[in-house]
Amino acid sequence: MSVSAAPAGQLDPAHISFFEKRVRPVLVNRCYECHSAGEKIKGGLRLDHREGLILGGDSGPVIVPGNPEKSLLITAIRHTDDDLKMPKKEKLPEQEIATLTKWVTLGAPDPRVEESEPFKAAEIDYEEGRKFWSFIPPVKRNAPAVKDSSWPLTGIDRFILAAMEDKGLEPVADANRRTLVRRLYFDLIGLPPTVEQINAFLHDEGSIPEAVARLVDQLLASPHFGERWGRHWLDVARFSESNGMERNYTYPHAWRYRDYVIAAFNKDKPYNQFIREQLAGDLLDETSTPDTTREERLTATGFLALGPKILNERDKQVFQMEMVDEQIDASTRAVLGLTVSCARCHDHKFDPIGIKDYYALAGIFTSSRTLYGTKGGGGNRQPTQLIAVGDKDPAQAAAREKHQKTLKTVQGKLTKTTKQYQNLKKQSARNKGRKPGNTGKNAAGPEKRMAEMRSQMENMKKEVARLRKSAPPDPDFVMGVTEGTAADCRICLRGDPKKRGPAVERGFLNVIAAPNQPPINDEASGRRELAEWMVARENPLAARVMVNRIWHHLFGAGLVRTVDNFGKMGETPSNPALLDQLAVNFMENGWSVKKLIRELTSSRIYQLSGNHHEKNYRVDPENRLCWQMSQRRLGAEAIRDAILQAGGQLETSPFPGSVLQKLGDVNYGRSDATSLGKEVARHRSVYLPIIRNALPEALRIFDFAEPSLIVGRRQVTTVPTQALYLLNDPFVLEQTDAIAQRLIEFSTEETERIDLAYTLTLGRPATTLERERSIALLQDIGAGLGTENDEDRQRVAWATLAQGLIASAEFRYLN
Amino acid sequence: MSDLHYLTRRRALRSLSAGFGYMAFTGLASQASGRSALATNPLAPRKAHFPGKAKRVIFACMRGGPSHVDTFDYKPELSSNNGQKIDGRSIMESPWKFEPRGESGLPISELFPHLSRHADDLCLLNGMYGDVPAHPQAFVQLHTGSFQFVRPSMGSWVLYGLGTENENLPGFISLSPPARVGGAQNYGSAFLPALYQGTAIGALGRPIKDANLQNLESKRLTSDLQRRQIDFIQEMNRDLKNRQDTNNQIDGVIKSYELAFRMQAAVPDVMDLAKEPEEMKDKYGIGQPGTDDFGRQCLLARRLAESGVRFIELGHGNWDQHGGLRKNLAKNCTGIDQPLAALLGDLKERGMLDETLVVWGGEFGRTPHVKKQDGRDHNHKGFTFWMAGGGIKGGLRFGATDENGIAAVENRTHFHDLHATMLHQLGLNHEELTYRYAGRDFRLTDVHGKVLKDILA
Repeated sequence: MSVSAAPAGQLDPAHISFFEKRVRPVLVNRCYECHSAGEKIKGGLRLDHREGLILGGDSGPVIVPGNPEKSLLITAIRHTDDDLKMPKKEKLPEQEIATLTKWVTLGAPDPRVEESEPFKAAEIDYEEGRKFWSFIPPVKRNAPAVKDSSWPLTGIDRFILAAMEDKGLEPVADANRRTLVRRLYFDLIGLPPTVEQINAFLHDEGSIPEAVARLVDQLLASPHFGERWGRHWLDVARFSESNGMERNYTYPHAWRYRDYVIAAFNKDKPYNQFIREQLAGDLLDETSTPDTTREERLTATGFLALGPKILNERDKQVFQMEMVDEQIDASTRAVLGLTVSCARCHDHKFDPIGIKDYYALAGIFTSSRTLYGTKGGGGNRQPTQLIAVGDKDPAQAAAREKHQKTLKTVQGKLTKTTKQYQNLKKQSARNKGRKPGNTGKNAAGPEKRMAEMRSQMENMKKEVARLRKSAPPDPDFVMGVTEGTAADCRICLRGDPKKRGPAVERGFLNVIAAPNQPPINDEASGRRELAEWMVARENPLAARVMVNRIWHHLFGAGLVRTVDNFGKMGETPSNPALLDQLAVNFMENGWSVKKLIRELTSSRIYQLSGNHHEKNYRVDPENRLCWQMSQRRLGAEAIRDAILQAGGQLETSPFPGSVLQKLGDVNYGRSDATSLGKEVARHRSVYLPIIRNALPEALRIFDFAEPSLIVGRRQVTTVPTQALYLLNDPFVLEQTDAIAQRLIEFSTEETERIDLAYTLTLGRPATTLERERSIALLQDIGAGLGTENDEDRQRVAWATLAQGLIASAEFRYLN
Repeated sequence: MSDLHYLTRRRALRSLSAGFGYMAFTGLASQASGRSALATNPLAPRKAHFPGKAKRVIFACMRGGPSHVDTFDYKPELSSNNGQKIDGRSIMESPWKFEPRGESGLPISELFPHLSRHADDLCLLNGMYGDVPAHPQAFVQLHTGSFQFVRPSMGSWVLYGLGTENENLPGFISLSPPARVGGAQNYGSAFLPALYQGTAIGALGRPIKDANLQNLESKRLTSDLQRRQIDFIQEMNRDLKNRQDTNNQIDGVIKSYELAFRMQAAVPDVMDLAKEPEEMKDKYGIGQPGTDDFGRQCLLARRLAESGVRFIELGHGNWDQHGGLRKNLAKNCTGIDQPLAALLGDLKERGMLDETLVVWGGEFGRTPHVKKQDGRDHNHKGFTFWMAGGGIKGGLRFGATDENGIAAVENRTHFHDLHATMLHQLGLNHEELTYRYAGRDFRLTDVHGKVLKDILA
C-alpha cells in the first residue's frame, strides 16, 4: 500500500488552512451525503477521512496525490466521462472543481485523521504460531515398544497399548463374534446384519481377525458403504436441499451433489482429489483428476454452493460477503478443522490467522461465481443461474446449442415473414377500400405473393414443430461455482462490507503456507491453487483432520474429540504420535479412505468388547485411551433403516433423484409439507428430503445434523420425545406390524418366533428369561385387547413385542 | 435437584475444552468430574446467575409489524401534520383516538379498551428499532438476535440457562408459529444441544383448537396395555444397564420412558381447556369469533405457565397492513385485546404476574406515512414493544420516536437490548450466558445488548 499523503503532523499549515477553508466545505456539502460513515457509503467510497480517498471505493483509489489528471475524483466532478459523473444530479460550480483540482495538485493535504477509523492489522507472529501442535507437519512415527508384545495385532495397537501401560491400564477382553458382526455392519454400511449374514460370520472358519478382515472387505465393496460414509461427509458439508434462513427456497438439484458424494466413497476416490474437485472441479480435467467426468467435477463444486444464504438481501455486496464468509467457514472447517471465519472482523483471537489471511481467501471466492439457482421474486432478490450438465457433455451441450441456433433461425424467419404478410394484407385491404374499381394487375400481385408466403409460413411452422420434437434432451443442472472476475478483495473494516480497507493479495493462510506455493495468476480466481494447497502433502492439517473424522466414526470419539476444531480452542490429541502416524500413512496410501478403515478395523482395539473395568474406569472414565470399545448411540438414519429392515420393508436400491426435484423451484414455506416423502418412505434415510427447518421427523428426533451448520460430530441426546416417537409414531406402528407379520409367517412355534424377533431387532436370540418375559407380555396384551378376532389379537400382541424390542435401549446402542 | 452454582458449572464446562457439546455428546455418561445434575439431566432446573424477578416468559408475537402510531405510540403531531409531506411522503394521522389510561395516564389507542384497564402494568418501549425492514430477516433477528447467521432462538437460550421446572412438559413451547419467515429457526436451538429447541404446537393460520403435540397417544394400545409394554421395555433396559452400563446412558433411556409416559397424560391435560370454568373462557373471549383463537392461546399460556413451562410464545398475525389498515388493524387489535387483558388479569389474580414476564411486539413497526390511502409501510427505525409483570415498572413510557413516529430518538432500544433485559429479569447475565461453538463463546446478544435499567421495578 502506498499512502502518499503526508501525515497530519507534517502538513504545511498553509495547506491545512486551504483544506479547512476551501476543500472541506465542498466535500461536506457536495460529497458526504453519499460518501461518509454518518450517511451512506455508496460504491464503498468514503470521503470523510484521509484514508478513504486514498483507499478509494469499488473502482479503486479516487485520487493520485499530485496528479489530478489521473485522479478519478477529478474526472468524476468534471463530468467528462459519461460513466463517471459526480455528483450525479448536478455538476459542481467551476470554482469548486478548480478548488479540488488544485488540492489534488498540492498532494491532497488532508488533516482529517482523527475522525477516521484507520485500518490497522496487528502483526501476527506466524513463526510462533507454527509451533502449535497442529501446524507442525505430521511425521512418521515408530510404533512404541510395549511390555505385552503378544497383545497387539497391528501397529495401532502398539501405540494405544503403550499409552495404556504408561498409565497402568490394561485392555478389556475381546468382543465376541455376535457383537462384532453387528458393530461392523452398522459402522461400515449403516445397516444391521440379516439373520443369514450373522450366521455366515458366526460360522466363518477363520480366526476372529481373519473373519473380520474378510467381512470388512465385503462391506467395503458394498454399495451401501457410500450411503453410510457419504452421509458422514454430508454432515460436514452442511448438505441440504433448500436454502433455509428466512426465505426457504428449494435447491431441487442439490441431490446430484449427494449422489456424487456417495459415489465418491464407494469408488474410494482419493480424499485429496475429492477435496480438490469440491473446491475447483470446474478448473480440473481428466489429466489432473483421473477417472472423472466433467459432470462429476462440476457437481462436486456444489459443496461451495449449498450453504444457507440471505436471499432476501437487497445489497449485492452485503450478500456476496455473507456468502463468501459461509464458503470460507465451510471449506476451512471441513478440510482443515480451522475456524478461519473468526478472522473476518479482526485477527483470530486464539489462532494465528489474521484478518489479512481471511481476505486473502475471500478474494479467491469473490473472484468466483457461485451458482445455486433458486426461484427469483417473492422476496428472493439474489437468484442465479445453474450449471448445465448432461450425459455426453460437452458434446451434448454443443448439439443442443446447434439445435437451438437452428430453431432460432427458423423462428426468426417465420416471425419476419408473418410480419411482412400482415403488412401486405393490411396494405392490400386498404388498397381495395380506396380504389374499389381497381382489381386488375396491381391487385393480383399481392394476392399471389401472399399465397406464396402462406405456403412458406406453413412449411416453416412444420419445420419449427419438427425441430422442437427432435430437440436433444434438456440439460441437467447442478449447483456449483465457476470463475468470475478475478480481483483481490478489500478488507471489510470490522466486517462491514461498506467500510473497506486495503485490498489483500489473493492467497492462503500464512501459518500453513507451503514453501513452494505457486502464485495465483492475475487472471484466475485462485481456487485451483487453493484446492491444491488445501490437500498439499506439506499441509499439516488436511490428512490429520480426515483421519481423525474416520477414527471418530469408528470409535465414537476422535483422537481429537473436537473434530471440527484443530486450533487452540480445540482439544489436543489423546495420542499425538498415533494421529501423526495415521495421517502420514493415509497420505502414503494415496489418501484412500477404504484402506484406512481396513487398517483401523483390523486393530485389536477396534475389536475390543465394551466390558467394564473398575480400575481403568477410575483412571480414565472417558475412555480416552481406548481400553474398551465405547458404547455408541446409533445415528438417526441407522435407527430408521434398521426398523425398516427388521420388518423386511427396506428398499435397498438408491432412490433416483430426490422428491425435491419433483417439487421444483419453490419457496418451501409456502408449499405443502405433508405430501412430501411418500415415494421415498421405504428407502434408506440418506435419500430422504433434507430441507432446512423442516427435517423429516424420524431424523430430527434422533439428533440428525443441523443442515445449516458444519457438523463433524453430532449431538447425542436422550429425551422423552424419542420415547414417544418409538411408542406412538405411525411409522413405527406400521413397521412393527410388518415385523409381526413376518414372525407369524415364519413359524407356529412361539419360541421360534420370539428368537426371530430378537435376532431381527437385536442381532441375537432371546435368553431363557427373556423368552419367559416375552411370553408373559404376549399373554397380557392378548388378554387385554378388546377384540374377539383371534388373528388380530395375535398380530397386535406380536407387534407389541417387536415394538418393545425396537424401543429398548439395546436396539439403539452399539457395543 | 441441582445445587451446583451456574458459574461453577460454566467453569466445569470450560475445563472440558470441548465444552457442553461434548457433555451432551457423551450424553449421560458419568464424568469423573462429577455426576452432577447437569451431566445426568441437562433439563433439570438450574440456579440463575443471580436471583431473577421472573421465572418465565410469555411472548405474544405479532407477525407482520404492528403499526405503533395507531396502537401504543401516541403521536399527537400526526394530526396537525396530516397530509403534509415529510421525508417525501404524505403523513396520515391515526384514524383512532388515544386517551390517557389508568393512574399513570399512559396514552393507549381506543383499539384496546380491555388492555387499557391494565395500563398501570404496562411498560411501553416506544424507542424500539431493528436493523432490517424486511419481514423474514427482522422476524428471525427478533427471535435469534441475528438475521445473518443461524443462531439459537431466545427461548432455547433461556431453557439452556435455567432448565425447566416440569419435565412432564416441554420447557419451551411455541404456539401457532409461522411456517414462513424463518419457520423452525425461530424456535430452533441451532448449535445448542437439540433438547433445548422449542416445541411447536399448531401453526399460524390454523386453529390452535385442533393442534396438539405429536405422538402423544398410541393408536394400538390402551394406556394400561402400553404401561405393560413399557414395563417390558424397562426390564430389558435394566438388564442392559446391569450388564454393561459403566456410564449413565442406559439410565437416561430408562428415565426418558417414564417421562414420556407421564407426558402422555400431562400434555393433553394441560392443553384441555374443557377443564376451565365457562366464565374463565368467557373472560378470555373464547367462543367469540374474533377472539376465540388468541383467547385459547392466552389461556393455554396461563396453564402452561402454571405448570412450569419456562418460555411460552404465542403467535398472531397478520399485522402487515400496507392497505386495509382501518379494517384489519382494528380486527387484529380486537382479536388480541380481550385475551391479553384477561391473561394479565388472570396472572395477577393468581399472584403470578410478578414472576411472569409478558412481552408484546412484532418484527418492526410501520411508517406514519400513507400507503394506498389506507395503509402503512414497514418501519424498522422506530416501533413499540411492551412488557408487563416480571419485575418491570408499570405505567411507564420508555424511549420515544420523533414527533411523527418515524424513528426512535430517545432511549433507543434494539432487539439486543430487549433480549438482554429479558435475560436479566430471569436472573441471567446476557454476557455470561454463553455456549462454546466453533471455537468461540456465543451469546444471544452477540457483542451487543444493554439491560434497560430504567424500566426495572
